[in-house]
Amino acid sequence: MSGHLHEDMKSRVIDISGASPHKCMKCGKCSASCPSFDEMDIKPHQFVSYVNNGDIEALMASKSLGKCLSCFACVERCPRDVKPGKIVDAARQMLIRQQGQAMLTPEDVPELLDPEVPQQLLMSAFRRYSR
Amino acid sequence: MVYSYYPGCTLKTKAKDLDRYAKECAKALGFELEEIENWQCCGGVYPLGTDEIASKLSSVRALNEAKVKGQDLVTVCSACHHVIKRTNDDMKNVEDIRTRANNYMELEEPYAGETTVLHYLEVLRDRVGFDVLKEKVVKPLGRKIGAYYGCLLLRPSKIVQFDNPENPTIIEDFIKAIGGEPVIYPYRNECCGGYVSLKEKEMAGKMVDRIMDSAAGMGAEELITACPLCMYNLNKSESANKLPVYYFTELLAEALGLKEEV
Ligand code: SF4
Ligand code: SF4
Repeated sequence: MSGHLHEDMKSRVIDISGASPHKCMKCGKCSASCPSFDEMDIKPHQFVSYVNNGDIEALMASKSLGKCLSCFACVERCPRDVKPGKIVDAARQMLIRQQGQAMLTPEDVPELLDPEVPQQLLMSAFRRYSR
Repeated sequence: MVYSYYPGCTLKTKAKDLDRYAKECAKALGFELEEIENWQCCGGVYPLGTDEIASKLSSVRALNEAKVKGQDLVTVCSACHHVIKRTNDDMKNVEDIRTRANNYMELEEPYAGETTVLHYLEVLRDRVGFDVLKEKVVKPLGRKIGAYYGCLLLRPSKIVQFDNPENPTIIEDFIKAIGGEPVIYPYRNECCGGYVSLKEKEMAGKMVDRIMDSAAGMGAEELITACPLCMYNLNKSESANKLPVYYFTELLAEALGLKEEV
């Protein structure tokens, strides 16, 4: 991919997220706070570095996109107010806004359901995983 | 005192207990929850993208409705609270979102974050007062209860301004007021993984087991929550230490002697 496109994707992630990756001092507190750390292939502090390096495609292919809980522990505890969790969300947005890239479709739902599933879980799942 | 009330989708279906006990207890404590008309689901998750407007409009409508009635807006569900409170902050402080949302809404007067959003627990703490609540308790609970805060009520603390995000006390103070014994345990403000519990069942299962083990290990006999999604997810625990989970409104009704009547 050309350098141009890299820069373009980088600025889109920064715009969508409203995060400040350039302020990161690589202290790792975000990853240390993250309850999903063990499940992630790319860790929260690495999301920040990947953005700074312009490698957004790797983030869009990361399985961490489905593991982040949007719990804001990383956002709360980052000493530099970088907002790493918002970067994870923005990378997911970049992915699912593409044609055919939804992480959840109505056809997937029946087998995921049980009688106790609350409405808000379905609402929020579609909002998080599809356009 | 009359408050505008936003129940949300889940309180009208799976979490009816959370809703009806909230309303009954309010009457007993001297305030009224007046459901706003034609409310629409908040979407269950705050749209983080700075360019998302349409998905925030149902919250803005509810906020504006309360403003027109001159009332504060009360929520009970942690997720609704989180979404509406953050959207209100956007409308107050983020000019771009405020302008674009108002362009869609075509209100008589633009909405700019004027409404005060209160969680029911904040009404109990700041408006009723836990000391006054304590006097109205007819059946002190006397049990060891763990507060499960989760993530949505507390974070990001700069915006939700609910309590100290690392060492909250509001639910413990509530437990004391209704005659219970609060049990502090390390995982009370750790996320339960609710949002991934549809697709990542194993992962979410591990997370709720950790919470149960942590609470039971410190001596809790039961947990309370304000969130139907936490309730669902915590109940999926397969830990040998699994504790029963109740909505805080249910224990409130019990302590006020209203549980059987509702
Ligand atoms: S918001 Fe996501 S990345 Fe941040 S701590 Fe929570 S799960 Fe981890
Ligand atoms: S906590 Fe903040 S400053 Fe530290 S590594 Fe994470 S994003 Fe960077």
